[in-house]
Amino acid sequence: MKKDASQAVEIQVSRGKLIKRDLRRNWSLYVMALFPLAYFIIFNYVPMGGIVMAFQDFNIRKGIFGSEFVGLKNFIRYFNGPNFWRNLRNTLSISLYGLLFSFPFPIIFALCLNEVRNKYFKKVTQTISYLPYFISVVVVVSILNDFCKANGLLTQIAAFFGDNGGALISRPEWFQPLFIGSNIWQHLGYNSIIFISALAAIDPELYEAAVIDGAGRWKQTLYITLPGIASTIVVLLILRLGQIMNVGYEKIILMYGPSTYETADVISSYVYRVGIVDADYSFSTAINLFNSVVNFIVLFIGNAISRKISDTSLW
Amino acid sequence: MFRRTTGQKVFAVFNTIGLVCLSFIFILPVWHVAMGSISDPLKVSASSGLILTPLGDATLGGYKLVLNNHNILTSYMNTIIYVVASTVLGLVLNILAAYVLSRKNLYFKSIIAFLVLFTMIFNGGLIPTFMVVRNLGMLDTRWAIIVPGALTAYNIILMRTSFSEIPEELYEAARIDGAGNFRILWQIVIPVSKAIIAVIVLFYAIQQWNAWFSASIYLVHQNRALYPLQLTLREIVLLSSENSIVAEADGQDVEIYRPLIKYATIMVSVIPMMVIYPFIQKYFVTGVMIGSVKG
Repeated sequence: MKKDASQAVEIQVSRGKLIKRDLRRNWSLYVMALFPLAYFIIFNYVPMGGIVMAFQDFNIRKGIFGSEFVGLKNFIRYFNGPNFWRNLRNTLSISLYGLLFSFPFPIIFALCLNEVRNKYFKKVTQTISYLPYFISVVVVVSILNDFCKANGLLTQIAAFFGDNGGALISRPEWFQPLFIGSNIWQHLGYNSIIFISALAAIDPELYEAAVIDGAGRWKQTLYITLPGIASTIVVLLILRLGQIMNVGYEKIILMYGPSTYETADVISSYVYRVGIVDADYSFSTAINLFNSVVNFIVLFIGNAISRKISDTSLW
Repeated sequence: MFRRTTGQKVFAVFNTIGLVCLSFIFILPVWHVAMGSISDPLKVSASSGLILTPLGDATLGGYKLVLNNHNILTSYMNTIIYVVASTVLGLVLNILAAYVLSRKNLYFKSIIAFLVLFTMIFNGGLIPTFMVVRNLGMLDTRWAIIVPGALTAYNIILMRTSFSEIPEELYEAARIDGAGNFRILWQIVIPVSKAIIAVIVLFYAIQQWNAWFSASIYLVHQNRALYPLQLTLREIVLLSSENSIVAEADGQDVEIYRPLIKYATIMVSVIPMMVIYPFIQKYFVTGVMIGSVKG
């Protein structure tokens, strides 16, 4: 190609000239990029600069430039305080149990749906399964509260099985099961989309060949279907593991209360409470930074593994 | 296709039954709220368990109360304003960024791509972001709800992936005709990318429709005139302040229909979504598929 030849020559041209030519040719693209980049700089990168608050005794009157630096005091205060271990334990337990219980369901659902012959039934079931995804967290937690009040449905069911402790929503031992269970309910259908499409991509000739070889339905699932979606499963699992320290606060703070803090309070919800409710800005920022850094490291490791095992990676 | 054995037939029956049960589990919580909202209020407060049919005589009293309440109506209008404004803002910035990142031979492209992608894996966090919004003078204004969070890197990547699939010949032809990047974007890329634009619009719109958190922290003085629907819903249902929010309607009705207010408010916020989601879900499926190609 002619282009390759001209590019080879360009390497000889100095970097300055290259940039000048690029700016002349692509100035309109850079003008376009200016707007979204300005947005990210203001709302993402300037806040990153604000992280220095974590190392200060931040005073909102003095501002970032006038506040006193205190080194790692805020971090030490958190690590030595009573909340650190509780937050860490709850964060890990919610995300690990969440992964353990919520990961298999979309796969099983996709496999079951894959066995359905009637196209119409399949379509309707699939559409219904997306319904909870479109409901807001506020509504999901509202309905959950209604089901878990003293005479609510789930409390009644628990009572039927011999649990007589009253409203489930205000009891610490029920918080995590309810949190994870409602997450499964909300995301099962949506999370199954990717597996359903992976299943649809399996070559039908493989099944025909297997039938000729005398393989039954079960053997077909074991030797064709599962290997066919194995790579999708592995990649998603690793990406999910990369999020292990990342439990969002939005649903937690709608659901929890002082009576359930013991099992409900995660790092991010504590960041919210300390920062927004108590207005202890530096302390909150320090805890947030600790969480972000750990997140970043875990994500990095997960991504490296993912790239090694398969071709899929975030970057 | 192939003859089915008895075992397969039995499996098919159980599979169908299982999937039907599951479908009911997906629907029942919403159904319960819907039936509760039109039940006899006295029976609702006494009832326990699932409400499958309206208890007692069906009534629209709860809805009458909710729809006549100006706090709820105002927050409904606010949500519409927030959804439209932040979707438009997000979409415009999203298209610009995606177009730039889909072009080849751009010297600073990797830097731009890095600046976009890095926001996905690291951020300043809750308080530093709050301080920026505060210093911009956005606290207690609509801007604080519309602008922060209006643009997300993930959606840019989705759109870029889709833009990259447009055949290069289309660009070449336009360039020969003397079209610049703005014209190419407007007259060629956007018209052939209606599907991905629909996906992104829906992603942004639904995210904002369901949002409550930024409003709860940025409306520091809790000015109800600016509340989005989800925040009003949270006050009524989760913080049980239906008194202060709804009580200004005529007092007697509130007393009678109080048990229905929660259910009716939930329904009012959920119904629009329930009506449109079957028609838009295919766009979400498309979005997931594009995302899985290049996450």
